[in-house]
Amino acid sequence: MSGIVTQTLAGTPVVSAAEATDIGNPWVNIGIFGAFVLVTLVIVFRASRQNKSAADFYAGGRNFTGPQNGTAIAGDYLSAASFLGICGAIALNGYDGFLYSIGFLVAWLVALLLVAELLRNTGKFTMADVLSFRLRQRPVRMAAALATLLVVFFYLLAQMAGAGGLVALLLGVDSRAGQSLVIAVVGALMILYVLVGGMKGTTWVQIIKAVLLIAGAAIMTVWVLAKFGFNLSDLLGGAVEAAGPGGQALLEPGKQYGVDGTSKLSFLSLALALVLGTAGLPHVLMRFYTVPTAKEARRSVVWAIWLIGIFYLFTLVLGYGAGALVGPEAINNAPGGVNSAAPLLAFALGGEILLGLISAVAFATILAVVAGLTITAAASFSHDIYANVIKKGDVKPDSEVRIARWTVVVIGIIAIVGGIFAQNQNVAFLVALAFAVAASANLPTIVFSLFWKRFNTSGALWSIYGGLISCIVLIVLSPTVSGNEKAMFPSADFDVFPLTNPGLVSIPLGFLLGIVGTFLSKEKPHPEKFAEMEVRSLTGAGAEKAVAKH
Amino acid sequence: MSDLSTAGPPPGETEYQRVQRSDEFQGLRRAFRNFVFPMTALFLVWYFVYVLLANYAHDFMSIRLGDSNITVGLLFGLGQFVSTFVITMLYARWANKKFDARADALRREIEEGEL
Repeated sequence: MSGIVTQTLAGTPVVSAAEATDIGNPWVNIGIFGAFVLVTLVIVFRASRQNKSAADFYAGGRNFTGPQNGTAIAGDYLSAASFLGICGAIALNGYDGFLYSIGFLVAWLVALLLVAELLRNTGKFTMADVLSFRLRQRPVRMAAALATLLVVFFYLLAQMAGAGGLVALLLGVDSRAGQSLVIAVVGALMILYVLVGGMKGTTWVQIIKAVLLIAGAAIMTVWVLAKFGFNLSDLLGGAVEAAGPGGQALLEPGKQYGVDGTSKLSFLSLALALVLGTAGLPHVLMRFYTVPTAKEARRSVVWAIWLIGIFYLFTLVLGYGAGALVGPEAINNAPGGVNSAAPLLAFALGGEILLGLISAVAFATILAVVAGLTITAAASFSHDIYANVIKKGDVKPDSEVRIARWTVVVIGIIAIVGGIFAQNQNVAFLVALAFAVAASANLPTIVFSLFWKRFNTSGALWSIYGGLISCIVLIVLSPTVSGNEKAMFPSADFDVFPLTNPGLVSIPLGFLLGIVGTFLSKEKPHPEKFAEMEVRSLTGAGAEKAVAKH
Repeated sequence: MSDLSTAGPPPGETEYQRVQRSDEFQGLRRAFRNFVFPMTALFLVWYFVYVLLANYAHDFMSIRLGDSNITVGLLFGLGQFVSTFVITMLYARWANKKFDARADALRREIEEGEL
């Protein structure tokens, strides 16, 4: 979710940070980050001793508890710039920054009520497992795997490109070569974590990172509130005052999005994509398979909702706190612009050490999110495309895991190369695109296949491909890609679709095509398969068991 | 397993279809849908009411409470957090107390019947 905030709210992508930071001590930041890498590596190596089966590699042996998995979900979901980006957005745009965090949080109710438990009961490793339960395996798996790989690729590229900018901001590395080197190091570390640790190692990295991130934000929140006598109104007043004339607008909606009718529609479109996209994000879905039962999947989401919700409440205080204690002018003038609000606030509060801690946590965040994305893509390619589409299910679990490991290496290399090329490019819109594709291509098919008896293969294909293609076409034709100076191709001019987010059109289209495709097909219904799916999804009969602990 | 069968089973029916037709399963399914669907509708409507107000009713959302800097919009936004937490707790309590026991009983019957 990083990029949405950084890109659309502030218009300043993470990658624009081209100058070195002149506050803090880079060596403190590097030292603390190095300690994080060392500790997590030891844990990953210990966790890897039991990595034998496919269920170990893809799903951590399904042995994580609800609270552990819930914390890992929070670690997966709270990306670097949802911390840096939302804080900065609130500091500069006030209320409109706050609006984002609400969409990100409410979205979890879709996962809690409609998806998590039923998915755990019917699937094995990937989203396609659920769809192919009662639909024709090969075409549906292929479509679902393509949607998964695209969503993951968009998300991954944005994270890696963001890493370069973060380096400039936090470590004082300002040369292009230096930033590329850091991107390569991040990518190599990520490959190592995932190869060695599989889902178990990835999960532990996410858990540790989530605890550090939330604890760091909590300390800063209490610190900021203490400076204002624990009075929220005084804190808001401080931010208004620091902003100077017109500062009152920080407390009102519309500072960023209320410009005209089109920008309001764009926001509506984004709000729709956020609330429906989360429950269709492949790396989120995959986390539900790491627990032994549906009941634990429910506990995971409950924990995740509390952690994510409380974290976003912290960012509200931190954002206005940065506005009040650092001031919008200092934030805008710092390298990294809007993204520097939280680090500058940390420096203003606790000097070098707190800045170092917060910077290290921001790095750990990129590493953990990227690792989660990579293992999802590897599972999707190896389990869906290789084992079930190419080999038609006739494959030994060993060779499936071997292919998955190779996929991790390939995706890691693609991420490094893509990240280096995407440096200083405006690619932040890719995250918004990932949410829109998840909501338009993935969610309709998941919901229909779980709840609609009549739904068939043709409906799934229409919905997935229709949602996917409409999202990509609309984003290419939107002002994020061409037609203005902030666009990806500023000199070109083919922005015929006025909204910056395709969701308002593509999400209803995805649902509609699922229905139309279903009714146009002559495929015979399979009442016996739907019976099995429905009974299993609600009772947990025949669900995949946890791997016995050795 | 005898308590799962209702009328005489049609020929060629699978075990799962028989369970699906049973009163116990139909009751479980109804209970689940009766809780989950209205709740989903409720939070989605409440979320979009909020988004539309923030998007199109700036004056209303900008009203200050007394002399404080707290606005109506801020309270509505915090209200979204509260409603999300409340729905989460309500669902978890309902599922733990009302749903799990019935689902587990059915699961045991199916898994033992298959042996």
